[in-house]
Amino acid sequence: MDNNISLTLKVWRQNDAQDKGRFETYKLEAVSTDSSFLEMMDILNEQLIGEGKEPVAFDHDCREGICGMCSLYINGRPHGPDDDVTTCQLHMRKFKDGETITIEPWRSAGFPVIKDLIVNRSAFDQIIAAGGYTSVSTGGVPDANALPIPKPDADEAMDAASCIGCGACVATCKNGSAMLFVSAKVSHLALLPQGKVEAARRAKAMVGKMDELGFGNCTNTGACEVECPKGISISNIARLNREYLSAKLQD
Amino acid sequence: MKLDSKIPEGPLSEKWNNYKAGQKLVNPANKRNLDIIVIGTGLAGASAAASFGEMGFKVKNFTIQDSPRRAHSIAAQGGVNAAKNYPNDGDSVHRLFYDTVKGGDYRAREANVYRLASVSNDIIDQCVAQGVPFAREYGGLLDNRSFGGAQVSRTFYAKGQTGQQLLIGAYQALMRQVNAGTVDMYTRTEIVDYVMVDGKCRGVIARDLVTGEFSRHFGHAVVMATGGYGNTFFLSTNAMGSNGSAAIKAYEKGAAFANPCFAQIHPTCIPVHGEFQSKLTLMSESLRNDGRIWVPKKKEDAEAIRAGKKKPTDLSEDERDYYLERRYPAFGNLVPRDVASRAAKERCDAGYGVGATGLAVYLDFKSSIERLGEDAIRARYGNLFQMYEKIVDDNPYKEPMMIYPAIHYTMGGIWVDYELQTTVPGLFAAGEANFSDHGANRLGASALMQGLADGYFVLPYTIQNYLADDIRTPRMTGEEKEFVEAENAAKAKFEKLMSVQGNRSVDSLHKELGLVMWDFVGMARNKKGLEEAIEKIAAIKKEFWTNVKIPGSDKGMNVELEKASRLADFITTGDLMARDALNREESCGGHFREEYQTEEGEALRQDDKFAYAACWEYQGDDKAPVMHKEDLNFEVVKVAQRNYK
Repeated sequence: MDNNISLTLKVWRQNDAQDKGRFETYKLEAVSTDSSFLEMMDILNEQLIGEGKEPVAFDHDCREGICGMCSLYINGRPHGPDDDVTTCQLHMRKFKDGETITIEPWRSAGFPVIKDLIVNRSAFDQIIAAGGYTSVSTGGVPDANALPIPKPDADEAMDAASCIGCGACVATCKNGSAMLFVSAKVSHLALLPQGKVEAARRAKAMVGKMDELGFGNCTNTGACEVECPKGISISNIARLNREYLSAKLQD
Repeated sequence: MKLDSKIPEGPLSEKWNNYKAGQKLVNPANKRNLDIIVIGTGLAGASAAASFGEMGFKVKNFTIQDSPRRAHSIAAQGGVNAAKNYPNDGDSVHRLFYDTVKGGDYRAREANVYRLASVSNDIIDQCVAQGVPFAREYGGLLDNRSFGGAQVSRTFYAKGQTGQQLLIGAYQALMRQVNAGTVDMYTRTEIVDYVMVDGKCRGVIARDLVTGEFSRHFGHAVVMATGGYGNTFFLSTNAMGSNGSAAIKAYEKGAAFANPCFAQIHPTCIPVHGEFQSKLTLMSESLRNDGRIWVPKKKEDAEAIRAGKKKPTDLSEDERDYYLERRYPAFGNLVPRDVASRAAKERCDAGYGVGATGLAVYLDFKSSIERLGEDAIRARYGNLFQMYEKIVDDNPYKEPMMIYPAIHYTMGGIWVDYELQTTVPGLFAAGEANFSDHGANRLGASALMQGLADGYFVLPYTIQNYLADDIRTPRMTGEEKEFVEAENAAKAKFEKLMSVQGNRSVDSLHKELGLVMWDFVGMARNKKGLEEAIEKIAAIKKEFWTNVKIPGSDKGMNVELEKASRLADFITTGDLMARDALNREESCGGHFREEYQTEEGEALRQDDKFAYAACWEYQGDDKAPVMHKEDLNFEVVKVAQRNYK
């Protein structure tokens, strides 16, 4: 059951945001195929520390595919070759013995590199801050069962709300568009009566912020939907466009 | 050290109302002039920071992550409890309170738990208003499911991603306040110390994890909500970055650390598979609603399975030992976590374990799939099954899952009074970081409840009672000598770490600590082992401070340096846990001392000697801490041996 493989890694190294950056090549022997991709990165870093070199900086946290912290562009695909997983859930059994793996950070104007494979995704927080919420304060709200919500609507809202904010959609988009991320939030809230109240206003505010932060336009290539580790559908983008249009018509 | 729990007067069910009726408030004009620092952006931190901002306070909120939405609350799967009694199955605030105290093996403070139960319903209302997409019935109303330690269905859920949805609700409320200018958000920033002025906590020293630079921040009050210290064990279900440093820094500033030995070992995690493993993955307790736990009845079968000669599906019903259903017919697979974990260990230690290592038991969905169909199971647990398959490479719809207990949550934490204030005036602790509500064992779906209760519905009241006396205290600039000295001390600590330049990586030392913790301070503890653990931890401490290797420099981003500073605090935590476990000569909840068990192997409490919270006071580096007792008086609950049979 336990198989070991040897790998050649081409890893992007960049000291800080100002540094130009370059690829470095490392050899790694006897990596168990049961280990996760990030455990393989841990093994690489232990090796580098042993050699007195600086380990590779990469973002990661929960390692169970939900926090959205891990990123990595692996062999040209965000979150690597497996479907419907984040990098932390990708396992080395998806790679062959002797394979060369290229590891890069998210590449997008909206996500500048901080160091090595770590990028700055605070733009997503700014987009949420622009309107990705219901404007209710703590306390003084009605009973949770006061408003029945049809199960299909609640389920669809849940699907849209599954977005983990990792940024794979932006990283894979040739235009560097954040439309899938924005539309998932707009859909999640617009589908529920609690969020419907300010749906048009929200769409306008979030799209405005997205444009301001330098994300590109959507040309419906659908790459985002393919690479999304949580299977967020591009039908959300259609809903966003509807809400946005209705906001514009109200202007 | 004085431990005044400040429990309000009156009958249990009226205490919180009495408190609110008599507490001091701060008027809106004064709120603008009062600063609150919140450390952490999980359920407790984000909900507190958002609520303070809405009320009009000036808030500074810190997180080590790149975004507040990454906090580890996001990984909670199963659900959140509330006493709504929507299913009409006999639930009430009193019953939720009672189940929580009993589930905690009678080591929690009654008044706090009652308040928790009584605000639980408000949490569900609040979350729904925020747009949290809880699961619903076809009629459009909210659905519930059952969790361990309860005979009612009181758990609200959003697929297997309840923590994610609740955290995103709190995060969105928080970002709304960031947009409104009431909350200043500091991401990728770690709090490295607290600043004390005239005996009160008045601020923090922060370190920017990108630049390595230090900064000083003033607050009239400080709230720490940085979660638990489960990563002391290296391998746990916690996120890689989860750490107990903000708690240890508070402890070193004089905050009592209560019941550090109360750590929860969760029964349903994916088993350890190799040395390189970095973390353990939880499979939600909700799976025990429909999954049945078993091992082979005969040792020969277990051996054959371990050797790969037999498969679990080869065994007939008669050849399987559904040991939880056998031992605990009333609760069956839904016994509390500590009971389920110990039962799994008992079977594996006796030689009936499965998997390559023999340290695993089965969680089987066969009967549920036959009864409800695969689609129904997929609708309930689809994402969990997918996660299992990606990690283990087995299909749990066809073969039973393999699970084993792992460290998951810490009930112990910084001691707080009824107002959630620590023994350091002006420093409050919320969520998993405090010790107050779960006693010696936490029931499933109660962590989310407590985090949000503290942040939305408790602190917004109690912190005003403290701040009302501060309306004439002007903001400090950070240039005061206390701030400068605290920053210098913090800088010196990081310089000291960089100066060691030894040969051992941080992870290798952390793994060594983790093994000592698991072997001696884990699921079964005894006097000899704990004494040995204290010695071993002291040796690891010495090794750390003389032989740790941190590449790079303290300028700019240095992940190894971050990890090293946290490991230094995990070592302190590990020592505290072992000392507390040694002191507590009884078995209760997650703390099992082999010397104290019933003939049937159940935990045996010593209520006459240990019905107290053990609160440890820091005495200085390399000095043993001093223990103080907060006696637990049960006015309403009838203390008894827990019985889930």
